[in-house]
Amino acid sequence: MAETDVEHSAASIDRQDGIQGVIADWASDQRAFKGVPWGKAMMWIFLLSDTFIFSTFLISYMTVRMSTPVPWPPSSELFALHMFGANIPLILIAIMTFILITSSGTMVLAVNYGYRLDRKKTTLLLVITAILGASFVGMQAFEWTKLIHEGVRPWGNPFGAAQFGSTFFMITGFHGAHVSIGVIFLLLVARKVWRGDYEANTERRGFFTSHKGSYDIVETTGLYWHFVDLVWVFIFAFFYLW
Amino acid sequence: MSTAAEGQQHPLGIYFKIWGLLFVLSTLSYMVDILEIQGYLRWSLIITFMLMKAGLIVAVFMHMVWERLAIVYAILLPPLALMVLMALMAIEADYTHITRLLYFFGGIPLK
Repeated sequence: MAETDVEHSAASIDRQDGIQGVIADWASDQRAFKGVPWGKAMMWIFLLSDTFIFSTFLISYMTVRMSTPVPWPPSSELFALHMFGANIPLILIAIMTFILITSSGTMVLAVNYGYRLDRKKTTLLLVITAILGASFVGMQAFEWTKLIHEGVRPWGNPFGAAQFGSTFFMITGFHGAHVSIGVIFLLLVARKVWRGDYEANTERRGFFTSHKGSYDIVETTGLYWHFVDLVWVFIFAFFYLW
Repeated sequence: MSTAAEGQQHPLGIYFKIWGLLFVLSTLSYMVDILEIQGYLRWSLIITFMLMKAGLIVAVFMHMVWERLAIVYAILLPPLALMVLMALMAIEADYTHITRLLYFFGGIPLK
């Protein structure tokens, strides 16, 4: 009851902006993140911790790549595919990048249609996002298979520095695991949206159904999905293109 | 700015624009590899396109431009610590590299 009052008044109070606003929000003796549902705030804090995990992976990759006197395997040729009678460098990785960006776009649309209470479109867009994510994981599995057949192992490879394999499997593997979990998460939320678990008049309760009549869980799921895309931007730049 | 009710809702147009921009930027960073640009130009182009893409995703797709500064600072400032770690590890890696060259690849002889 008390919490509902706070949430309702949150919309009507005229809040300060700028650094004064930061101080006022943090010193307000209430929740610090005004206008942010707790689930979303927690997702942001989780993503912040995940940022540190991925960053330490990428920084250790930088460290081993800078410190090895053995030449680094040529990633551009290594990830080339033979298509249309020619070797196209990095083509699979480029396709994977475009798939992930497309899925980010469908995700952001799903969030938007969620808040418009359009259950059909939200479900459809979430499912499309999940399918795109699953195809990304499929391509990654293909890429791993190809590299393993060519003799790349976590402890060595025929193309150059041994550290290539360990960092490659660690970083892309951890990212792929994030995408896979994201696909499961998306499908769970899609099913709940489809069933109407977030409608105001429903009596259904369960995981990820905190508020009646609010579709903010779709936005929270979206944050996770965009983060997966964000991490891929850095992996694409530092691991594949560098 | 964002005194509106909870939940981020914005016109679809901005999302489509950013979506298009992300495609263009991805194509550009892929072109860096196709055109075989090398050296400092390659690295600076890769980093520029990467940061632009990351910025667009965080700002618009993750709605950071519409959030209040209290959460923006809480989430975006801590990763700056990683820059320090990166700088330290770059110095360390350089040292390891030189040491390896010296002792494993015929620098000064070991006693």
